[in-house]
Amino acid sequence: MTPDITTAQPLPLERVVIRFAGDSGDGMQLTGDRFTDVSAAFGNDLATLPNYPAEIRAPAGTIAGVSSFQVHIADFDILTPGDTPNLLVAMNPAALKANIADVPPGAAIIANQDAFEERNLAKAGYATNPLEDGSLDAFRLYPVPMTTITLEACKELGVKPRDAERSKNFFALGLISWMYNRPTDQTVTWIEEKFKGKDLVQAANIAAFKAGFNFGETAELFDHTYEILPAKLKSGRYRNITGNLALSYGMIAASQQSGLPIVCASYPITPASDILHELSRHKNFGVRTVQAEDEIAAISMAIGASFAGNLGLTTTSGPGVDLKSEALGLAVSLELPLVLVDVQRGGPSTGLPTKTEQADLMLAMYGRHGECPLPIIAADSPSDCFDAAFEAVRIAVKYRTPVILLTDGFLANGAEPWRFPDVADLPEIPVEFASEPNHDGAFWPYLRDPETLARPWAVPGTPGLMHRIGGIEKQDGSGNINYDPSNHELMCKLRLEKVMRVQQDIPPVEVDGDVDADLLVVGWGSTRGFIKAAMRNVRASGRKVAHVHIKNMFPFPSDLGDVLRRYPKILVPEMNLGQLSRLLRAEYLVDAQSLTKVQGVPFRSAEIEAKIMEMTN
Amino acid sequence: MAAVDETVPLTRKDYSSDQEVRWCPGCGDYSVLAAVQSLMPDLGVRPENIVFVSGIGCSSRFPYYMNTYGVHSIHGRAPAVATGIAVARPDLDVWVITGDGDGLSIGGNHLIHALRRNVNLTILMFNNQIYGLTKGQYSPTSEQGKITKSTPFGSIDYPFNPLSLAIGAEATFVARTHDMDRKHMQETFRRAHAHKGAAFVEIYQNCNVFNDGAFEEILQKDKRDSMLVSLKQGEPIIFGDDLEMGVALNEYGEAHVVRIADVGAESILVHDEHRTDPAIAFSLSRLAERPTTPTPVGVFRDIERPVYEQEVTAQLARAQERSGPGDLRKLIESGNTWEVA
Ligand code: SF4
Repeated sequence: MTPDITTAQPLPLERVVIRFAGDSGDGMQLTGDRFTDVSAAFGNDLATLPNYPAEIRAPAGTIAGVSSFQVHIADFDILTPGDTPNLLVAMNPAALKANIADVPPGAAIIANQDAFEERNLAKAGYATNPLEDGSLDAFRLYPVPMTTITLEACKELGVKPRDAERSKNFFALGLISWMYNRPTDQTVTWIEEKFKGKDLVQAANIAAFKAGFNFGETAELFDHTYEILPAKLKSGRYRNITGNLALSYGMIAASQQSGLPIVCASYPITPASDILHELSRHKNFGVRTVQAEDEIAAISMAIGASFAGNLGLTTTSGPGVDLKSEALGLAVSLELPLVLVDVQRGGPSTGLPTKTEQADLMLAMYGRHGECPLPIIAADSPSDCFDAAFEAVRIAVKYRTPVILLTDGFLANGAEPWRFPDVADLPEIPVEFASEPNHDGAFWPYLRDPETLARPWAVPGTPGLMHRIGGIEKQDGSGNINYDPSNHELMCKLRLEKVMRVQQDIPPVEVDGDVDADLLVVGWGSTRGFIKAAMRNVRASGRKVAHVHIKNMFPFPSDLGDVLRRYPKILVPEMNLGQLSRLLRAEYLVDAQSLTKVQGVPFRSAEIEAKIMEMTN
Repeated sequence: MAAVDETVPLTRKDYSSDQEVRWCPGCGDYSVLAAVQSLMPDLGVRPENIVFVSGIGCSSRFPYYMNTYGVHSIHGRAPAVATGIAVARPDLDVWVITGDGDGLSIGGNHLIHALRRNVNLTILMFNNQIYGLTKGQYSPTSEQGKITKSTPFGSIDYPFNPLSLAIGAEATFVARTHDMDRKHMQETFRRAHAHKGAAFVEIYQNCNVFNDGAFEEILQKDKRDSMLVSLKQGEPIIFGDDLEMGVALNEYGEAHVVRIADVGAESILVHDEHRTDPAIAFSLSRLAERPTTPTPVGVFRDIERPVYEQEVTAQLARAQERSGPGDLRKLIESGNTWEVA
């Protein structure tokens, strides 16, 4: 069905930021996801920011139980899920209260009027009804009786009112779909598929969705709809993707391109579990997954799998990395390929399990006893998780080393259009298993490749190459137990030197912006889009700034020091209390200034913009 | 690849590495090593297809002395590392060497989960009731009141019964042997190795430096007949210098020691290691509270249950049958896609 708009012509918009907010049980993530998918298929550029509480079902109607999903859609290439919403959909008073501070004056609020009754108002801490007391005068306020109309629409279907009420999120979706001229048939098909076998739920959701759409058209509450044309993105084929999904695909791609079967052993942990879920679905790719008894077992199993000639993988978040650190040390000592994915979340301890943060950089760098270096890679956008995963495997295999891949909660759950690669263009990841004795008819497991310093990978089942390795210090070459002081020092240096040789594969630092800039902004990980958006505005105002975004957190690109020293001022925005800035200061003796934020949500580009303005004044 | 002539019979030497064995002189570990090395040629698995995995502790040095593949991992984690190897390569023959501290204290969690998953591992747990490598602290199997460096006033911890723990953890094969009897060890190891799934063997092992004589009350040559209760499939459980003693079940179904003359031969429990219900095996594992009274040795339990890594492999095969081999292009392009010109 094509939208048949009888009201005024749609108003063209370049971009809009919509935030759906409701109770955790209201289905806001589903609603947001659906709107995102339709917009993606429509050809808009987009970015999303899901935000949900750690509790599965916090008490209904309370601020603690509010879940939200923000989506930014545009007809040009956007970089962030948007600083502030242009439209807030509030399903109840708590959702309004929890989000109103982010809504700028003049923005629109669509509220489910039915939910603004005494009990809910009290639960949210409102003395009077904000929809009626004039406190929202600064906004364009649209109270809509969503529950009533949804119940009405479902009446004929024989759905119990309690069940019908649950479909009100689809009413909201229908209304917003009308408002922004989204095609409806895709959503109807999607509802049919998703709720196959649950006929009543399916019918109720479709009825609610259509009722929402029709309400927009007939209620004359809104004088027009909006139109956001497809974005003129780089040509190619696209799909919408979240970071966790892209990462899972990246791992499978790396497995296919290396011929190494994946063994992914993980312990459930937010926000990383979806990678384990996704990988367990693809057994026909030869992917073996184990839900281990704990985090330590998970990495130990991955180590075992790598020893046996598979690709050992373990996925977790900060608390899991803490637990895995001893085994990571073993992997460094055994010099086996392995990838540990850390989907960072707010810490310390349990911290903010569902919120994003970038505070595990120092943990990844130094969180092990002894001299224990390993390569660290950071993904910088949801779709980049694919490339980062692929690269992590490539480095792990080539240099026979565990690699830590850092993403975060925002990347994991956030979505964006992905110009996916043609499979035929994916590079091979060469794997060489040892097949012959390498030292006077004997096999020396620590006789290194002169170029990469990688040791031979001899897998069980290979005759004549039987060897025993462990966490005790080994003699250079033979790999026999060795406690000699100078040998230990040599091995420490060799392990570091091997990891440093990853630099030979890292392309020169890419500087975006003005060569003669006064200020260089250095970022890493998921702040990329926010920094780029801030840069656009700053440069539009005529100031000269430049941006470098680091993906290889260890070792750094070999020319990074030279690049940093070219600029009089350096600013490092990061979602921690200054970790990369400290590393840069320590490594390069440069005056890297910090802009920090640890609020469980990404930077707003305006915050970065303001800091750049201040520093370039 | 180095050519292998599979027709040449292998000997103990083929399974022994050239590394100098470094346990204390007189340590019980030597006899376990000798038993395993000399049993290996009989098992019919070539050295390159065998992996020994260990944790940390005196016994965990074991893999270095085997001319097979081996991983000397970290404290307590051997069952997890071994699970990873088995899942990746179900074709390999994987052994776990652990001790009472490694397997029951720091690594207790991994041990019980490897057992309940029924990963195809042969697990040898050297129980010497002491921490040897760290020089003599009490272990989770030490008796209460034990005076050690960390318990100068006596240990107040109640000890684990390793076999009870294994049976409680749903182990499908549970056995006990001791370092004084090579033949019994080899027979037990052979059975454990033949078992499909996780096989748990407790070995009473003497640490002559820090806990000498821990098992002497049952293992001294002249005491064995009266103190070791040998379990034999399908046979009445009898023992004693004149085979005058036996094991019977009381009215609650608990195993206890009886004089055959008192109860009659027909009351003696006939050993059945294949019983699915673990109650009797469990009760037998508790016949002696400590190894100071008549103690059963041999196979307590040997039942069949699907093997973990085979099930993993079967799921892979079923997925391929259903959806065909993985197609990366299809996967990446699944869902809604669109073209930008
Ligand atoms: S300390 Fe005890 S267990 Fe360890 S090697 Fe010496 S005698 Fe054997």
